[in-house]
Amino acid sequence: MSIELKHVSHTYMPKTPFERLALDDISLLVPEGKITAIAGHTGSGKSTLIQHFNGLLKPDKGSILVDGVDIGTKTAEARAARRKVGIVFQYPEYQLFEETIAKDIGFGPGNMGCNEEEIAERVRFAMEFVDLDCETYAHRSPFQLSGGQKRRAAIAGILALKPKYLVLDEPTAGLDPRGRQALMERFCRLHREAGTTIVLISHNMDNIANYADNVIILNRGRVTLEAPPAEAFSRSELISEAGLELPEVKVIMDDLARHGLDIQQDAFTMDQAVQEIMAALRRQNRC
Amino acid sequence: MLTDITLGQYFPGTSPLHSMDARVKIVLLFIYIVAIFLFDNHINYGIMTAGAVGVVLLSRLPLGMVLKSIKPLWWIILFSFGIHLFSTPGEPIFKLWMLSMTWEGVVKGFFIGLRLVLMIMVSSMLMFTTSPLKLTDGLESLMSPLKKIGFPAHELAMMMTIAMRFIPTLLEETDKIIKAQQSRGSDIGEGNFLQRAKGMIPVLVPLFISAFRRADELAVAMEARCYQGGEDRTRMKQQRLHDVDFWAGGIFALFIISLVAVQLTLN
Repeated sequence: MSIELKHVSHTYMPKTPFERLALDDISLLVPEGKITAIAGHTGSGKSTLIQHFNGLLKPDKGSILVDGVDIGTKTAEARAARRKVGIVFQYPEYQLFEETIAKDIGFGPGNMGCNEEEIAERVRFAMEFVDLDCETYAHRSPFQLSGGQKRRAAIAGILALKPKYLVLDEPTAGLDPRGRQALMERFCRLHREAGTTIVLISHNMDNIANYADNVIILNRGRVTLEAPPAEAFSRSELISEAGLELPEVKVIMDDLARHGLDIQQDAFTMDQAVQEIMAALRRQNRC
Repeated sequence: MLTDITLGQYFPGTSPLHSMDARVKIVLLFIYIVAIFLFDNHINYGIMTAGAVGVVLLSRLPLGMVLKSIKPLWWIILFSFGIHLFSTPGEPIFKLWMLSMTWEGVVKGFFIGLRLVLMIMVSSMLMFTTSPLKLTDGLESLMSPLKKIGFPAHELAMMMTIAMRFIPTLLEETDKIIKAQQSRGSDIGEGNFLQRAKGMIPVLVPLFISAFRRADELAVAMEARCYQGGEDRTRMKQQRLHDVDFWAGGIFALFIISLVAVQLTLN
């Protein structure tokens, strides 16, 4: 099962001088149980694209299937399918509104019609997951938190919905490096433990290199590349055309290769790179 | 979608109307509206309609947009037409209890409706062809004589500029927040009145917070650039009159003269 887009097009402000084609005949597949990264330059249509995943935007043309159900219809089945997709928008801390953190996180489950007990259970689960101590924080105002904590509280608000597909739009933007890594590790744990399918929107290729199973590159509303990271990063011309940069590690490895190091395998995460450099040095009997 | 609304209404273009000075446009519009209420014979209505149509054609805007600007006020126009239809004394067409519809009423109602349409059409031409920034600059310099009696012309214009500048920003923000809350399963804009009002809270609270945050940031940014208010400020873009403004003024003067001439000969 999967999220599947078939020939989706979307135009903003049609029939005015401000008309703009944001998505142009997009077909793609987000396979279940994988981490799929969608990368693209600002204005490439990333944000527009993900808003189609749970029906916030309706396509002008084409259809979106979540687990085989067309979410564009008005049936209860379509509604249930839309709810399988949870979206964490950019800067989600700006959506906090309740008096207490627990209430805010419980807003989603409450809307889904969960009873008190289940809401409490889900709030606890979500707070634990984002590393906010339930005892300490549950009854505080979300506006007393620090920036990073607000971000985590807002993400917990989506996790409490227990989505099957979790879409993250630049989840680490504006966080410090340590907070960034900690958050990504948590999403990976969720992926491993609960089997949640993750869609990661980013233009940070290092992030994508570290975590993604599958890379989709958007350029001016079109999919220009859909491939596993190894293959995607080997097509540097498509990546720079889309206004993106190769992962730093990959750039360094390419440089080393050009300067005569006998590198045989692609590497784009730090660990892979260290191993490959060691192996190369061993091959060249320098170590 | 919320951001599809064309607020501020400015349509970029290169027509003579777009290149006119905002102050000239505001003054001419003001005189035109006064003229609409001053001159009330049929030939003058014809001249004024021709003038308005001329302005619309000159602006080279899509006609649909101009007609759309009348749409929100359609009911007021219809209502005033109805009132005049029944409240004007004269030869009755038919009687309904105490109300009698008269031919005089039909004619008068039609012209009152025409007045409103002309007024809206020409005013919206100002909004369509003048960027908000130019508009407030124009208003400020027109109001500046009032500074002598302590009227805060500059502050008012600055507030208007800022307010207009933030309309699209806040609309976009509202759209984002609505979508974020919808993603959490909230049904905004559904159900009865009470449910709808309650559904607004998750949108309004974050919106207010972000509006205050933005206001705060803007104030700091303005202060950091030494903004102090109206005294002795110069402009980057000086307002100057060009040929097109004098042409417009001349043509408009002819227009007013012909209205006055018709009015005088008929009375």
